Amino acid sequence: MHHEHPPDYPLTIHDLTVAYQRKPVVWDVELNIPEGKLVGIVGPNGAGKSTLIKACLDLIPKTSGWVHIYGQPYRENRHLVAYVPQRESVDWDFPVSALDVVAMGTYRSLGWLRRVGKKQRAAAMAALDKVGIAHLAQRQISQLSGGQQQRVFLARALAQDAKIYFMDEPFAAVDAATEQAIIELLKELRQRGRTCLVVHHDLATVAQYFDWVVMLNMRVVASGPTHEVFTDENLKKTYGGRLSLLDHAAEALRRR
Amino acid sequence: MSGLPSIHEFREVLLLDSYNTRLVVLATTLLGIGAGLVGAFLLLRKRSLMGDVLSHATLPGIGIAFALGTTMAGGGKSLGILLTGATISGLAGVAVMLAIIRTTRLRDDVAMGFVLSVFFGAGTAILRMVQSLPNAAGLESFIYGKTASMVAGDFTVIAVVSTLCAIAVIFLLKELTLLCFDQAFAASEGWPVLLLDGILLALVTAVTVVGLQAVGLILVIAFLIIPAAAARFWTERLPVMLILSGVIGGISGWLGSSVSALLADLPAGALIVLTAASIFIVSMLFGTARGVVPKFIDHRRLQRRMGRQHLLRAAYEILESKSRPPVNGPILRESLMEHRSWTPHQLSRLLAQARGEDHLEPTPDRSIVHLSESGFGEAARITRNHRLWELYLIRHADIAPSHVDRDADMVEHILGSEMVRALEAELATRVQVPLSPHRI
Amino acid sequence: MNWTSIDTWIVVTGVLCAMACALPGCFLVLRKMSMMGDAISHAVLPGLAIAFLVGGSRASLPMFLGAAVTGVLTAVFTQWIGRFANVDRGAAMGVVFTTLFAVGLVLIVQAADHVDLDPGCVLYGAIEFTPLDTVRIGTFEIPRAAAVNGTVLLLNAGIIVLLYKELKLSAFDPALAETLGFSSAFLHYLLMTMVAVTTVAAFESVGSIIVIAMLIVPAATAQLLTRRLLPMLLLGVLLAATSAVLGHLSALLLPPLVGFESTTTSGMMAFAAGVLFIIAWIFAPRDGLLMRRFGRLQARELEI
Repeated sequence: MHHEHPPDYPLTIHDLTVAYQRKPVVWDVELNIPEGKLVGIVGPNGAGKSTLIKACLDLIPKTSGWVHIYGQPYRENRHLVAYVPQRESVDWDFPVSALDVVAMGTYRSLGWLRRVGKKQRAAAMAALDKVGIAHLAQRQISQLSGGQQQRVFLARALAQDAKIYFMDEPFAAVDAATEQAIIELLKELRQRGRTCLVVHHDLATVAQYFDWVVMLNMRVVASGPTHEVFTDENLKKTYGGRLSLLDHAAEALRRR
Repeated sequence: MSGLPSIHEFREVLLLDSYNTRLVVLATTLLGIGAGLVGAFLLLRKRSLMGDVLSHATLPGIGIAFALGTTMAGGGKSLGILLTGATISGLAGVAVMLAIIRTTRLRDDVAMGFVLSVFFGAGTAILRMVQSLPNAAGLESFIYGKTASMVAGDFTVIAVVSTLCAIAVIFLLKELTLLCFDQAFAASEGWPVLLLDGILLALVTAVTVVGLQAVGLILVIAFLIIPAAAARFWTERLPVMLILSGVIGGISGWLGSSVSALLADLPAGALIVLTAASIFIVSMLFGTARGVVPKFIDHRRLQRRMGRQHLLRAAYEILESKSRPPVNGPILRESLMEHRSWTPHQLSRLLAQARGEDHLEPTPDRSIVHLSESGFGEAARITRNHRLWELYLIRHADIAPSHVDRDADMVEHILGSEMVRALEAELATRVQVPLSPHRI
Repeated sequence: MNWTSIDTWIVVTGVLCAMACALPGCFLVLRKMSMMGDAISHAVLPGLAIAFLVGGSRASLPMFLGAAVTGVLTAVFTQWIGRFANVDRGAAMGVVFTTLFAVGLVLIVQAADHVDLDPGCVLYGAIEFTPLDTVRIGTFEIPRAAAVNGTVLLLNAGIIVLLYKELKLSAFDPALAETLGFSSAFLHYLLMTMVAVTTVAAFESVGSIIVIAMLIVPAATAQLLTRRLLPMLLLGVLLAATSAVLGHLSALLLPPLVGFESTTTSGMMAFAAGVLFIIAWIFAPRDGLLMRRFGRLQARELEI
């Protein structure tokens, strides 16, 4: 089957399969994400949503297939990408301030050996201001609430001024005010022509937040504009029990 | 030389008069600084026991290097040969450990224990075998160190390595910080995580290997762990922690070896560890940022402040129940106790506190409490703030939790004066101090 | 090779010691506390030293008590520092055991003036000399070290048999065990005490450093070969015994091969255990390296 992958799209994925310890986790993924969309990635637990993102960012090895950012491998176009990992992937007891963390978004542009200077600090402060916690800049991160920590992570991504943003569960365990603030920010990014891919767990808000949705359960069930694709039928296919057949196949393969 | 040292001996050690003392003290101080710096990043990377694994894994290399050196070059005890052997062996151990973690279900700790014990066992076997070779005596100093018999070569190597550590840590501060804090983000940004981990590993190996032959196995492990752990209690800022770690390492080395020079029958390595441990205990107890005692004091202070607010508010609410608007007057101690279910002892303590803050008028009858004018004013203010917070929570329940800071006395500061005015307006249909939105 | 009755006794002592170690070792590995075993084996030193200073000789009972106490203290201090002072667990362990070891070194250097105690012996043991120190049991003269290790082996086995289901549950699901009324803390410290006592029993034979190899390596090898507890325990014990035998054999045979005189049995025992591990690593039926290579080829064939 021949797939079209326009090179001017921010994200194109072809024949992607990722396996952990011989069990396929995500397979046969074909995806084209057009520019300027707010994309929600949904699926049940264990569906491979985080895995998909990590594979796009070269954080885990691909068993087959490729991922292109604006037509080039990730390696070449890294500077166009910003990544917001899951909040729990980090030890928030680390001795750094909110400003320090946001400044990390400027490290790549600084390059090796050079120190963080006034310009970087100013950019970090601006980003913190954007997410509404400029007054917490000097606070050590363990003294921040969950929502504030998420905002710090977001600010770090903003400080990179990327064209495509990958976010892993930014709304997990976050208070309503922060969730509001984040969505406003994402909508603003969309207005400026940026693309955001967000792993999301709350089906109730998908239609409200995202104009494009990718429904994933080990393989892509559907991908397209929310109003077209986010249907009952697709939801059943993604979350329903019909998938057990695929699950069994995966187990059988692993056991060999 | 036993018994207490004389004044002359004190001077000699403190002023580094004797060549040997100078060598040992300076060497262990420098080693302490280097190990402290590297150890700080090890701690942040949560790999403190890497030094343990590395140092145990160097043993076979030392034995083999010595044997090869003796049979081939005729001079097996050269520092360079031994250090090379130690390094290769140590790194091989780490490689095996990583391989086990990658390719089996076994966890980190098992892989570490495996490498540590098997390499060390093999190492002791090899060392025993090569005992019979000429010049073999003293190889076992790798366990205990040979601080007493250090030579200029040892010192030079230590100085070089420590300087390298300092340079690396200064120039790669942001890279190593990023690696330790958020590996996934670093990788996504294109930072070579493997290389950075490798650099850290190289530094740890260098410190371990040169430290091993100078001060022995256990001390090297301790140097890489204790100063960093101690430093952590004093600050929440990484650069400060780094410097402190180096300083503590240096002081431990200096003090420990100086004392050992004075009391010759106590092993230097052990004394240095004990010095570091003492500093650790002091830090753990009294460290200003995370020490046990400061945290406890903070906790008590918070309890006192909460208690004070509760007392004044309770008094105000009792007065409210008598007349509206409330007027300052005598309050029965009993009523206070009923109001908030304090024990008599707790209440006495709070009252004594309030007396100390001039919030209470002295009363002849101990069962009566009377607020002073300033106390009454403060009680009114506290009650008003508390009620405003409660109203805010109710009215704006959906976004409140991110803003509520019940601890803050200044509602306006957090919510902004506009919001406060709006809330007060809402409650203005009631009285000057808004009634509690729920029954008391 | 000149095999005498001394060699037989050495092997017997080694086997008993290794088996005694493998039993608590399996639980250390399952509870992800292998390094705690290392820490305890270093930290029993002050306990031993104090026992010597107090007891004045190598009397067994004070020694065991002293060691057991320091073993438990190691675990307790590590918990405290880790929990109340919020220190990374590995670092907490490192602080505690290096400090206790330093204390032990200082005490031993002091005690050495009063007691015939060679620090090297404490660390590496001297199993080669154990057959010379015998005790009378019934009508038999057996080496004291063998008797001691044998007793500890029986003790460990007894505890495990008695508390099998509790230990099993708390190793896999400590929270559940707690709610079912089996105190996790008690089981944890019981295990630590077993490790400490076993370490002391072993130190005469293989030294307190090598004991960590006997605690961890056969258990780790067993873990590569099976996923169930009982087989793991049995395999662990079997592998430990095999390492002891192979260790002594190679200690006798290897040095002449490479042109040296002799070597320590304890070191070779650790090495033998390591070799067994590597064999299992490569050839294990399900997870071994060979099987994985082979499996990968198969999977690739499937895709075509």
